[in-house]
Amino acid sequence: MATLRDIRRRINSVKSTQQITKAMKMVAAAKLRRAQEQLEQLRPYAVGLDKMLRHVTARVNHQLNPYLQAREVKTIGYIVVTADRGLCGSFNANILRRAKNEIDAQIEQGFDVRIAAVGKKAFDFFSRRGYQIDYKLINIFNNLQFGHATDIAGSLGKRFLEKELDLIYIVRAEAMSPVKQKVVVEQFLPIVPDEPEEETGAVYHFEYIFEPDPETLLQWLCPKSLNIKIWRALLESYFAEQGARMVAMESATDNAQEMIYNLTLYYNKVRQATITKEITEIVGGAEALK
Amino acid sequence: MAENRFLFEITTPFRKVYSGEARGVVAPGFEGYFGVLARHAPMVAAIRIGEIKVKTDSEELYFATSGGFVEVLPDRVTILAESAEAANEIDIQRAEAARERAMQRLAEGKKVWDVDRAQAALARALNRLKVAKRIGI
Repeated sequence: MATLRDIRRRINSVKSTQQITKAMKMVAAAKLRRAQEQLEQLRPYAVGLDKMLRHVTARVNHQLNPYLQAREVKTIGYIVVTADRGLCGSFNANILRRAKNEIDAQIEQGFDVRIAAVGKKAFDFFSRRGYQIDYKLINIFNNLQFGHATDIAGSLGKRFLEKELDLIYIVRAEAMSPVKQKVVVEQFLPIVPDEPEEETGAVYHFEYIFEPDPETLLQWLCPKSLNIKIWRALLESYFAEQGARMVAMESATDNAQEMIYNLTLYYNKVRQATITKEITEIVGGAEALK
Repeated sequence: MAENRFLFEITTPFRKVYSGEARGVVAPGFEGYFGVLARHAPMVAAIRIGEIKVKTDSEELYFATSGGFVEVLPDRVTILAESAEAANEIDIQRAEAARERAMQRLAEGKKVWDVDRAQAALARALNRLKVAKRIGI
């Protein structure tokens, strides 16, 4: 039987762990809010740029634009976005499992697959398994900058234009709600212009003046749109990560609470048993002296 | 909305810089500054580093931008800029520091620094400093 001191030590250890998980939960909640704010700030710009891109592509033969041109696929790039750190439940595992399944399926079909690892966990996972990693960007989420997004978009865009990669996907997490995440796979390049949504006032049908000509405009719009797509992916992933961490840390805190409860109960039982034993011994001893 | 006014917005990926009614807007177009008044024909245009001037009923506002795109629709004008700051928000010290740094890099030349980037940085810094002087005019 464990001694009272052992149990007390155990309880204290669980308590300090609980303090840590509680603090981590609070930090995650604060970061979650910040990420949400950033996403909200980005939205009007992203929507506006999308709309503009749609309006311009509707007026040019976009098969002529290298960013929009689909071609025969030999090499596929996967941008896998995970967190830099763990302790966020199954967040990273889910993304990596999905990414690995997709990539293995493509390899099986005979495509050459290259990986762009964004986030330390993605890099560790794929490099350990001997996949070909073309690009990596790790330890960015602690201080996420727009420059990170332009770096990713620029490097991958260049590889696409130089026909090193014929098709590029992004695998990343998306938060369905602050506490619920899913993994999404979206096409990054070539750009697929969205179907025109129902726009009020049928703005879509106007004759536009373009300055400069629409072909050049499109050529300039595309890189911007790629930057924004990556920036959004990074923010979404970060938001989802913090949500996942918050939930994971909350349940860790709850578990610790339960452990403390059980241990305390055990501690008291042992204490009582010890006292009872001592009394019995004393009584027994006194009895023997009679 | 009155006949001669329209909704005007400047957004960047990081925040909405301005949103309100305007009587006229002057923006740094690719082929020179151009003005937009109400009932302008629909247009999509690229803009470069420069100054955006907004005329409202009561005042004239100035913004520094480092380029982007303008979309003119019948009832609204939207500028999607990579960055934009109102004249009174410009961090003059930072712009001054950026100017110094860019000059330094240009002086050190091609071997050490990316000259195109330094030149662009210089243009942005000078533009910010120029627009910042608009306060109180």
